[in-house]
Amino acid sequence: MSGVLVTTTINGDAVQFACPEEETLLDALRDRVGLLGVKEGCGTGDCGACSITLDGRLVCSCLVLAAEAEGREIGTVEGLVEGGKLHPLQESFISHAALQCGICTPGFLVAAKSLLDRNPDPTETEIRYALAGNLCRCTGYDKIVRAVQNAAKEMRTAKSA
Amino acid sequence: MRYEAPTTSSEAAALLAAETGEAFVLAGGTDLLVRMKNLMVEPELVVDVKRIDAMRSIEATTDGGFRIGAAVPGIEVGEHEALGRAWPGVVEAVQLIGSDQIQGRCTIAGNVCNASPAADTTPALIAADAQVEIVGPKGRRTLPVASVATGPGKTSLAKGELVEAILLPPRPAHSGDAYLRFTPRTEMDIAVVGAAVSLTLKDGVITAARVALGAIAPTAIEVEAAAAAIIGSKLDDGAIAALVAACSAACKPIDDKRGTIEYRTEVAGVLAKRAAMIAFERAGGSR
Repeated sequence: MSGVLVTTTINGDAVQFACPEEETLLDALRDRVGLLGVKEGCGTGDCGACSITLDGRLVCSCLVLAAEAEGREIGTVEGLVEGGKLHPLQESFISHAALQCGICTPGFLVAAKSLLDRNPDPTETEIRYALAGNLCRCTGYDKIVRAVQNAAKEMRTAKSA
Repeated sequence: MRYEAPTTSSEAAALLAAETGEAFVLAGGTDLLVRMKNLMVEPELVVDVKRIDAMRSIEATTDGGFRIGAAVPGIEVGEHEALGRAWPGVVEAVQLIGSDQIQGRCTIAGNVCNASPAADTTPALIAADAQVEIVGPKGRRTLPVASVATGPGKTSLAKGELVEAILLPPRPAHSGDAYLRFTPRTEMDIAVVGAAVSLTLKDGVITAARVALGAIAPTAIEVEAAAAAIIGSKLDDGAIAALVAACSAACKPIDDKRGTIEYRTEVAGVLAKRAAMIAFERAGGSR
């Protein structure tokens, strides 16, 4: 069969899968690896529902070929949980009701974590710019922004404690 | 479709040259994968250039300029402090492209070779007098950025040729550049008009300038008459008025959902004026 064998690291685990050359990383993560937290919204890089990190950089997995992942490090929303414990961003999204239908939520979480990794104390404007590549048709964004602000505050407090 | 990820530019050129079907270079993929998804293209061969060392870094060149590899994503351009000090207008043009997710992938070389009339980096690079370094089956050549796009989606690159790097020239003291675009939204939008100005001062007087406009013609264009209008001046009101008139006169835009011919023609002058004032201030000038 034609196709490529891809060996990569996903959320710290070594993973290998085979797929056609033209398959996107989004489709491979969902259909070959079974990581269903990665969502397809638009499939053209506009909505951010498929956000992942690739070698630490936030990207849309719909705009990456699965073959490109060879030897790279991938991070998805599934990697946010540590030891069965939700990430502070996830807790904050729940407590702030920062989601309704939920399809955009994994992308928002991955993008928000990418922001807080770089900038632990972002302003509201910085949060809104950093999340401009993630679309939500339910919440009106306000609760999402507040959830990120709250998580950032809790993470800073936890770090200084 | 075949996927290849060679480690040298000459290997990439050979692969592209040998392919008889549709072949594409994959840098950031932010245009190519969208076109594949929409079945606007069905490549026989995709050549991923991100494993080619010569395309992966930003280097200061021995002459005092910069060499930006064709696979360097926008976010790395934005993080490069020395580049940002020397060419703030070029860097702000790069940073205007898309979301953080897109910045993690999109490249300057891809923006230039995608050949959209509304590409944000192209006017800034033309104003900066940037060149592209091209590798092909017959060897290397350099080409001014303005000569890459020949029309919407069309370039002057021959079969088998690909861009290895963008070359920015050395920067004299008291120089500044700026790029502005007009979009109805603040983020995630395509330029209705883009305007870039690069200039150098001596004793507060403009001694050299380049002006370029985007989204007002089938390709981004250099407007020499607009540069001539401000060279020799301290960017006084008369010089600005002449710059604005020259920019509007150079416009050959289309009417579309983003803007009418009249609107684009008017806005081109306004943006060029504002970009000139920012570039002038960055160069240390005072009006």
